[in-house]
Amino acid sequence: MEKVDVIRGLKKNKTATIGLILIALLIVLALIGPTLSPYNPLTPEPLNRLKGPSWGHPFGTDSLGRDILSRIIYGSRISIIIGLIAVSISLVPGTILGLLSGFYGKYIDEPVMRSMDIMLAFPAILLAIFITAILGPSLLNTMVAVGIVYIPHYARVVRSSVLALKEQLFVEAVKAVGGSDLRIIALHIFPNTLPPIIVYATLGMGTAVLQAAALGFLGLGAQPPTPEWGAMLSEGRQYIQNAPHVAAFPGLAIFVLVLGFNLFGDGLRDILDPSLR
Amino acid sequence: MLRLIPGDPAHLLLGEFASPSEVAGIREKLGLDHSYFYQYFIYVRNLLSGDMGMSIRSGVPVFEEIFVRFLATVELSIAAILISSFIGIMAGVISAVRKYSLFDYVSMVLALVGISMPIFWLGLMLMYLFSVKLAILPMMGRFTMGLDYRSVTGIVILDSLFRGDLSLFFNSLKHLILPAFTLATIPMAIIARMTRSSMLEVISKDYIRTARAKGLSQGTVVFKHALKNAFLPIITVIGLNFGLLLGGAVLTETIFSWPGLGRYVVDSLLARDYPAVQGCLLLFAVIMVIVNLVVDMIYFYIDPRLRVDGKG
Repeated sequence: MEKVDVIRGLKKNKTATIGLILIALLIVLALIGPTLSPYNPLTPEPLNRLKGPSWGHPFGTDSLGRDILSRIIYGSRISIIIGLIAVSISLVPGTILGLLSGFYGKYIDEPVMRSMDIMLAFPAILLAIFITAILGPSLLNTMVAVGIVYIPHYARVVRSSVLALKEQLFVEAVKAVGGSDLRIIALHIFPNTLPPIIVYATLGMGTAVLQAAALGFLGLGAQPPTPEWGAMLSEGRQYIQNAPHVAAFPGLAIFVLVLGFNLFGDGLRDILDPSLR
Repeated sequence: MLRLIPGDPAHLLLGEFASPSEVAGIREKLGLDHSYFYQYFIYVRNLLSGDMGMSIRSGVPVFEEIFVRFLATVELSIAAILISSFIGIMAGVISAVRKYSLFDYVSMVLALVGISMPIFWLGLMLMYLFSVKLAILPMMGRFTMGLDYRSVTGIVILDSLFRGDLSLFFNSLKHLILPAFTLATIPMAIIARMTRSSMLEVISKDYIRTARAKGLSQGTVVFKHALKNAFLPIITVIGLNFGLLLGGAVLTETIFSWPGLGRYVVDSLLARDYPAVQGCLLLFAVIMVIVNLVVDMIYFYIDPRLRVDGKG
């Protein structure tokens, strides 16, 4: 599909546009955040503990008197980076496995896809918890865990489109002129699997951010005092009776980011690959 | 595979200041000094006689510990499945019938919002609204402490009904509402979207037009003719969501201090309580197999065409 078509399609598609705006807002916030944020996200102000929203602190302060708005701004960097790295960790091996098992079939396909099935049999969050338990709780391991958990999803998507592609005439033609397997896969099949990969990766960003926040909430992700949204929410849980804003705003931030990726992904899917619906 | 997790339960059990000989003693008692293969062999042998081993943390047989919690999780997930299926299917059906109406638009936006919502946040906000602000629903647990409760089935709601104890029934029902609703959010959204697209496909078919032409009422057409034919993919999605529910249970149980399996498996994992974790994983696997079996059986029940050659 032509590039121009995609852009035109995006402009017409309302969901995609709203999603893109949400994502763009948060990315801009993450980029220029430090100059904007009114306070240092790590500096405690013991006299200003658990204050509700006010002009000085628009989102209020947490249990140590740190400004929640500033922590959310810094947290946006963490969440976006978590999403990007986690998606890359699942995308690269997933795509390679999917290409190989789709192209060669049988002897590679069976063992690869069966092991993917085993991974898919577990609920994603449990598998991620399991992996973080092996690696130890930290921000980096959260990304690795969330990344590994979603490898099978990408492998499946890529494999199914390779299966359809390899029967096409143009693959036959390259084979006939003596193109090597590697050449066929890399130059002819891979570019054609890109649309579904892009759609899936966009939706995957939302899922990854959500899962990482869930791990943070369970205390398995970023450790304090890192301003990670999930961990902030978990702290807010203790003060829900008197200071609900401590939990409310980080959750809202997670929600907006995830919603953005889901809307944009949904829109992209309608434009790039109607067959995926 | 579980034993790959670094960290020695013997060390965790005895604390930091244990002497090496004490550690060795505990290891011998727990059978950790044998090779992994031997440990696995023993485990499987005991399993066949219904023995899942002792929890390293509490010293209580894993089976007992898991079973009580399992029933709590079952109570929660069944409630969540019922809520999400009922509301999800209803919303999906109405959206499909009144395509592009205000209801369709609003409910599909809500469904998208539901999928993007961190349920641990939703749970906390519901808790604040209903337990703190309005103070009409309790914050945590399965029933108010101190109420007379003896377990028969292990599922509080059923027990209280059987014994005609209405106060306990309403008490436990109130405790169930928030966690169940929280857990139901995501499956509800997915089911609503699936129902809508599946119904839309069916509604344009000829036999629906025939049914309408016969002069059947809108309700009969929609529920008897259309929904029944649109049900297969919906059932599949409900079945698939069971795995999602088990995962979501970890978060929901954490928020509402629900004494279920989800939270237990996380705590066990962190304490390196191998037998407990193994038991839970085994149980999860069994649940998934049973759910898939039930889904397959429902297929046959709903769609007689699948029964003919037995191949499905």
